[in-house]
Amino acid sequence: MIKRLFIANRGEIALRIIRTAQRMGMVTILGASQADADSLPARMADEVVIIGPAPSSQSYLNIAAVVAGAQAARADAVHPGYGFLSENAAFAGAVAAAGIVFVGPELSSLKAMGDKLMARKVGIEAGLPVVPGGEAADKAAARVQAERTGYPLLLKAVSGGGGRGMKRVDAPEQLDAQIDMAMAEAQAAFGDARVYVERFIGRGRHVEVQVLGDGHDAIHLGTRDCSIQRRFQKLVEEAPAPNMPADKRAAIETAAVNLARHLHYRGAGTVEFLVDAETFDFYFLEMNARIQVEHPVTEAITGVDLIEQQLLIAGGARMALRQADVQPLGHAIEVRINAEDWRADFRPSPGTVAQAQWPAGPGIRVDTHIASGSEVPPYYDSLIGKLIVHAPSRAEAVALLRTSLDRLHIDGVDTTRDLHRAIVADARFAAGGVDTRFFEGLEA
Amino acid sequence: MSKTDLPLTPEDVAEIAAILAGTPYDRLDVTTARFRLRVARDDAGDGFTQDWSYTDTAAPGATVVAAVAEIEPGICIRAPLPGTFYRAPAPGAPPFVEVGAHVTPDTVVGIIETMKLMNPVHAGVAGVVEAILTNDATMIAKGAALIRLAEPAA
Repeated sequence: MIKRLFIANRGEIALRIIRTAQRMGMVTILGASQADADSLPARMADEVVIIGPAPSSQSYLNIAAVVAGAQAARADAVHPGYGFLSENAAFAGAVAAAGIVFVGPELSSLKAMGDKLMARKVGIEAGLPVVPGGEAADKAAARVQAERTGYPLLLKAVSGGGGRGMKRVDAPEQLDAQIDMAMAEAQAAFGDARVYVERFIGRGRHVEVQVLGDGHDAIHLGTRDCSIQRRFQKLVEEAPAPNMPADKRAAIETAAVNLARHLHYRGAGTVEFLVDAETFDFYFLEMNARIQVEHPVTEAITGVDLIEQQLLIAGGARMALRQADVQPLGHAIEVRINAEDWRADFRPSPGTVAQAQWPAGPGIRVDTHIASGSEVPPYYDSLIGKLIVHAPSRAEAVALLRTSLDRLHIDGVDTTRDLHRAIVADARFAAGGVDTRFFEGLEA
Repeated sequence: MSKTDLPLTPEDVAEIAAILAGTPYDRLDVTTARFRLRVARDDAGDGFTQDWSYTDTAAPGATVVAAVAEIEPGICIRAPLPGTFYRAPAPGAPPFVEVGAHVTPDTVVGIIETMKLMNPVHAGVAGVVEAILTNDATMIAKGAALIRLAEPAA
């Protein structure tokens, strides 16, 4: 049982963790940077340790400083939140070496999910479907792979990222020329000419499954759909994933549980899938071994406090929750309110919030560290709050989201509120089940 | 729960709104030694808002950002947003501009790292760089003078 919990994070998630930990009777200690010494989580925590100056590299990302802070505070556990050091195996190892419990999975799970190729390998071992494809060392090998995956396909640089070195091939006669180009680009950009053949999913949805495990058994808490993204950054998340056939939903949930069992997973995790928006065939992408930004939509429909589950499991308890206890109810949607001028290419907008008027009422949850008069420092990411609505049906949730956004007023910094109003007004969103190209087609 | 006694959870606020909805009252305004909470019916009358503020206890512990927009003579290129100012595209790389460089409005003269994003700083006007006013890798406030320009020689 954890008595003194050190929170190695900031912002809304630090506040969220403090609330549940205090309710469970723990003493909470926030490890804050100098810039956050006067933040709302610092005011709400029972104790505060300043771990370093404002820049994350010297505070929230500084493993030695965070571990020293937790030790100085005589903490018996560290909750890493999301981002920062939450999935850093070296950090988890350093916390354990200091004799402190890391609120997260075992090191072996963090390492297994540490990079995408490794995750793909482990996924295959656990029997999960992955996007058909494989490595192609040269043209001949690429032709063999292409025969197997079919067209259209994507050529990706093995060492690549961010879309560079990626080519779409629609027909066999284009393959040779495209491979030459892809390999040349990969060599020029990454110093590694190796390419990878993968089936192209034209209309893909991002669907993920929340899992919980205690090292012995694992359960799922249903699906979330996070297809509305801009440059791989999620904007809107909902639970459950809308407009998905029941058999496919059950299959994807079972696959996620199979992976968690295969890893003897401990704690809360999220298994991410690419789902074909037309056939609902699904492919395992990766697993996030931490709490997610969008966890509240799952909490809304299941009534389970995921932070509480994390803390109970980290404290050594067996999971009391059984699969049959999880009975999702209704529909929940979360929108991320960021301090950004979304009309000026999402330019960051730090500053002082003169007034923060958030919506309130039944079915509305606001997770934020920003009150009237709060500072949004320029050092960290731009999330200032999450608006979560929950209603018996998706249509009612969308309607509640619309009126809630109308009542949200933040003065002093620019926010993404009006972007979300445009999303809610979009007929494709109202219908539900959009693919990841939704944002490109948004009229705002 | 020693130091703080935040008495109201998000669920409590939702409940307060639900209670208010069943009354003729439009607003609940609570002020304590530490915080003020206003839960109010919105103008349309079909929903509620919450507005929290906290009494100022200590001065912010943040490192003080370089002085804001001091008076600098001449034409200055100022920071379009707060953050860390860098004179070069990468550590060790040559600076974007040096004293004596001619710039046009579109010339990139530096970058400012804000919220994990790199934002280019454009000169905005034409001129000749007369002085670099802000050192590399310095935290600056919005509007801080970065570079002073002289009129381009006719």
